Amino acid sequence: MDHDHYADAYIRSILSEVKTIAIVGASANAARPSFFVTKYLAERGFKVFPVNPGQAGKEIAGLLTYATLKDIPEPIDMVDIFRASEHVPQVVDDALALSPLPKVIWMQLTVRNDEAASKAEAAGLKVVMNRCPKIEYARLSGEIGWTGVNSRTISSKRPLRLGQGVQRLSLDRSGWKK
Amino acid sequence: MSDHTPGFSTLAIHAGAQPDPTTGARATPIYQTTSFVFDDVDHAAALFGLQTFGNIYTRIGNPTVSVLEERVAALEGGTAALGVASGHAAQHLVFHTLLEPGDEFIASRKLYGGSINQFNHAFKSYGWNVVWADPDDISSFEAAVTPKTKAIFVESIANPGGIVTDLKAISAVAKKAGVPLIVDNTLATPYLWRPFEHGADIVIHSATKFLGGHGNSIGGVIVDGGTFDWTASGRYPFLTKPRPEYQGIVLHETFGNFAFAIACRVLGLRDLGPALSPFNAFLILTGIETLGLRVQKHSDNALEVAKFLSQHPAVAGVNYAGLPGDRYYDLAKTYLPKGAGAVFTFRLKGGYEAGVSLVSNVELFSHLANIGDTRSLIIHPASTTHRQLSDEQKTLAGAGPEVVRLSIGIEDAADIIADLDQALAKL
Repeated sequence: MDHDHYADAYIRSILSEVKTIAIVGASANAARPSFFVTKYLAERGFKVFPVNPGQAGKEIAGLLTYATLKDIPEPIDMVDIFRASEHVPQVVDDALALSPLPKVIWMQLTVRNDEAASKAEAAGLKVVMNRCPKIEYARLSGEIGWTGVNSRTISSKRPLRLGQGVQRLSLDRSGWKK
Repeated sequence: MSDHTPGFSTLAIHAGAQPDPTTGARATPIYQTTSFVFDDVDHAAALFGLQTFGNIYTRIGNPTVSVLEERVAALEGGTAALGVASGHAAQHLVFHTLLEPGDEFIASRKLYGGSINQFNHAFKSYGWNVVWADPDDISSFEAAVTPKTKAIFVESIANPGGIVTDLKAISAVAKKAGVPLIVDNTLATPYLWRPFEHGADIVIHSATKFLGGHGNSIGGVIVDGGTFDWTASGRYPFLTKPRPEYQGIVLHETFGNFAFAIACRVLGLRDLGPALSPFNAFLILTGIETLGLRVQKHSDNALEVAKFLSQHPAVAGVNYAGLPGDRYYDLAKTYLPKGAGAVFTFRLKGGYEAGVSLVSNVELFSHLANIGDTRSLIIHPASTTHRQLSDEQKTLAGAGPEVVRLSIGIEDAADIIADLDQALAKL
């Protein structure tokens, strides 16, 4: 697996398949990226579980926060890691101890640990490193273009609005076969 | 599309644009509206707090303008862009984001006259101090670096034309100094030259010129190359310090390799206000769809015209980098393999009086102060744009009394040459 470059299809398949996401290192501070990635993903229809021992039992972005991964009461599809790279092996070990196993380990922008990634991949998990799922969702849905960001995608298919909002887009497009 | 990387012409037509989510409109609609409704109070708060992507108010962003932004970012190979009211506004916002009062920046002394004025006068009133350097002498850039230097600014092909800047060499000076290299790519356009591939960190455009290309709309674009590490130097507080305007967000940490474009938008455009009108953005976008076709024709025509002038008895010399033997010919071969652009100057043996007569004698060329129009344009700088300068200053600026500047259009080359031929015959 080439972790310097990810095909759009790989990222899209991950974000289309996962339904539940644990955010390890979610912050209660609304100025922190880990706060608004949590909030954004929840608003895009994912079921999000913040993980932060210091905030356990409280809410982050309106979501009940857990002390550890194993405290989350339902199966987790993706573990999104907002911790420095040297703390990743412990988070991956915790994730691999879950039953059922998660499908995806995702490390945020600037976070990368190739050894931990190999361990997760050996257990059958998909891994993404040094990317942000908020940016990737916005890039592949077309939302990120509203901010003048180069999505590096082009499509002649109409984007689909997500839910009842006027400014939320789906990852699907009209005319695409599922 | 899949992970195949589209070519320039495909990006020029498609990048940033998608069928309208609501109506299915295929051409980019003109969203002629000041404001956009929020889903609810929470959505509004998230938008104002930079926590989600979306539209609030057209001074900050607009869906027609944002298609232009993404398209120019894609064509330049940058991470993001910001559309603004003019090329001058683009420069204003770039320097506002980088400099604090008392800081310095180094600029090539061979620039568009309007930029020289902006740097010498308007920027000085903000305490942003320009230090001039000579693009033909790279050591003058090195010598100009001080602890106060925050950026280096050059034009890729420099106005009034004919000058090709050695971007790789100047980029090396910028990297050594730890400052971003800003390149005005207006005259080259990304079709002829992509400065990010030669070490630029920020590209700006007067979209008024070749991007729009039809002489009908004023506009500017800032493109973020995503290449400069703002946090490493710590000298750019707009990007690396918690912003009180946004609950303490740190922009570089939050937006990574497109943080500079975001900073220009949310700290510059939002507060200083030079927004691009959606209608102008639409016209510029329409122009960009044919950018590659037009600029190739502009450039091919310019070479024909330059060859004609170089052999004309009334002409003392032609400054066009596409001509073999020109002092910039080798640099043009390196950086501009598809052509040396459409704007250049030539010198008349008859001096000032001949220049004044020539602009009167032409019938196809338009006598005006713009460049990068489909139409061929002519100006005699000494009697117009540079009139207020002394003769010595005129010569230093490449605008001596005998100099005429052309912006070659995309009419038939034979007709452009015939017009110059008849006008020169009357001198």
